[in-house]
Amino acid sequence: MEPFIKHTGLVAPLDRVNVDTDQMVPKQFLKLLTREGYGRVLFYDWRYLPGERPNPDFVLNAPRYKGASIILARANFGCGSSREHAPWAILDYGFRAILAPSYADIFYNNCFKNGILPVTLTNEQMDELFARTETNQGYKLTVDLEQQVVADDRGLRYSFSIDPFRRECLLKGLDDIGLTLQHESEIAAFEKEGLRTPHMYQPVDVKFHREG
Amino acid sequence: MPPRTLYEKIWDAHLVHEEAGQPSLIYIDRHLIHEGTSPQAFAGIKAAGRKVRRPELTFAVMDHSVSTKNRELPVLDPDAAGQFATLANNCQEFGVNLFDMHSQNQGIVHIIGPELGITQPGFTIVCGDSHTSTHGAFGALAFGIGTSEIEHVLATQCLSQFKSKTAKVEISGKRPKGVTAKDLILAVIGKIGIAGGNGHVFEYTGEAVRGLSMEGRMTMCNMSIEGGARAGMVAPDETTFAYMEGRPFVPRGEDFQVAVDYWKSLCSDPGAKYDKTIALRAEELAPMVTWGTNPGMVTQVNSRVPSPDSFKDSVDRQAAERALEYMALKPGTPIEDIPVDRVFIGSCTNSRIEDLRAAAQIVAGKHVAKSLKQALVVPGSRRVKAAAEKEGLDKIFRDAGFEWRDAGCSMCIGMNDDVLPAGERSASTSNRNFEGRQGKGSRTHLVSPMMAAAAAIEGHFVDIRKWNTNGSE
Repeated sequence: MEPFIKHTGLVAPLDRVNVDTDQMVPKQFLKLLTREGYGRVLFYDWRYLPGERPNPDFVLNAPRYKGASIILARANFGCGSSREHAPWAILDYGFRAILAPSYADIFYNNCFKNGILPVTLTNEQMDELFARTETNQGYKLTVDLEQQVVADDRGLRYSFSIDPFRRECLLKGLDDIGLTLQHESEIAAFEKEGLRTPHMYQPVDVKFHREG
Repeated sequence: MPPRTLYEKIWDAHLVHEEAGQPSLIYIDRHLIHEGTSPQAFAGIKAAGRKVRRPELTFAVMDHSVSTKNRELPVLDPDAAGQFATLANNCQEFGVNLFDMHSQNQGIVHIIGPELGITQPGFTIVCGDSHTSTHGAFGALAFGIGTSEIEHVLATQCLSQFKSKTAKVEISGKRPKGVTAKDLILAVIGKIGIAGGNGHVFEYTGEAVRGLSMEGRMTMCNMSIEGGARAGMVAPDETTFAYMEGRPFVPRGEDFQVAVDYWKSLCSDPGAKYDKTIALRAEELAPMVTWGTNPGMVTQVNSRVPSPDSFKDSVDRQAAERALEYMALKPGTPIEDIPVDRVFIGSCTNSRIEDLRAAAQIVAGKHVAKSLKQALVVPGSRRVKAAAEKEGLDKIFRDAGFEWRDAGCSMCIGMNDDVLPAGERSASTSNRNFEGRQGKGSRTHLVSPMMAAAAAIEGHFVDIRKWNTNGSE
């Protein structure tokens, strides 16, 4: 996973509450077998008219937001389905950081697994960022995870809090599975302990029911 | 030891590693996978040269993209065929149990887990699907995960998790006639909103919850995620133990008694503290119908489509305006006047035998409205289908003008060819009414199986309480 330390980029606003993961990646794209290539389908039904022509009314299609790498969002961003295709699409589209007042749990968690930084700010701070983005063409922000600060070049500076462990993993781009496997002996010991209560850990009838 | 909640007891019993300031490592007892979210996880395992640590604890099924028509025919959708082949190959290569689309045990992952007894009280259960919360009905800790976490479980049989907050959802009193588990959970979500449970695990308690069958409890827990809670649970009791006994993967004889003795300890201690409490009175509830584009946009069947102006908060007002535009509804329209084009009875929320019985009772001897374009019954599993056919429910539905299908996720998500066309309106027993959920541009109204069945007969929503039925589910 690519580490996230500090990122400066163009900001795009998505001014809607409760944006669910069905909107980020609609069902018809859940049949692909890879983690790559979802950027093209991000917000598909909002973004395209029939024939995959860009919908001029959708904010991300505005020329001024082309190449944006930071997205402003509203409350409960990423609610609904657990599909990790949603953060894959966000990353593949080019976004490295999300700024929102709140996130749905599964989506929030999935972001960290993919090197995306979801920053939590207050509603008032978000209102200010939306206003600045819409007023100033080419508005850029710097998201600094080390300092835990979001800043522009006009004096705006918001600090944010984030769980220290999640921060560390993103800063270093750590592999979760690798971290867990450092505790392999504890896992093995737990499993051995579990064998004392076989009804818990030995599914009966597995052989009988094995199929295919 | 201070009094603990059910959630805390299961958490403590699965702690592998704990360290201040870090997420804890918890052991996963059962891992369920399907063709939709697992391919990239297996690819990751292979790329890293890792093994599946406990393949016998992972169970795979084909459900999201399967056809509900004739399964003997070749799969025409090449992408779906690719998903099926990939799942089959991965299960074969790593020794994972698979119920493929031809298995008599096949069905929606959250239907077959409980039905086969793979789901048991006290277990930690995960699946790359947000409706994994369903399994909490048994007093298990069950929640949806992303694909990276699927890979993590495959490789380590553990997950790295922060402890959740807890919320007690207490529904006191008895359910009135016509008010089902679906209406209870829609009422909860309507009260707290779709983000109300973020960061929390729900524990459902109270007389109305205790009075539910396992099927009803599963319906409630299933939609916990629609209220933002990653998991929902109900403490196991005699209803649970009776459901468990004799299922294929449940211990037998003396082992069963040992299990029951353990399961009896799985309840929140008197005085256990929750981070918040949500209370509802069942007597005050009515059959519910969603009017908007998320499950929190819901009202009682005997009321009207709300006006955006009735929302105090400007964000809610804008969301309601947008939702009404998408749904093509006018404020003030009586819910009972809303016509429906198609009816879908199915999904991991409401496709169990009890749901089908309740719907069949409504349609028996009647026929779907002439205006209706389609009425679908999709049993949650092939076992449910077989049980329903044994009781003659398939005949009741067919005689009433319904299509009787094979098991799968079907029109809840429309990944197969069961899609709600753009501009059309459904009465659906599923769990999500998001924009485009059942098909691009489609309009979904979430209801209970009885309400969906009655809407099929009349061609519009009706207050089931006015009908002379004995059904309570």
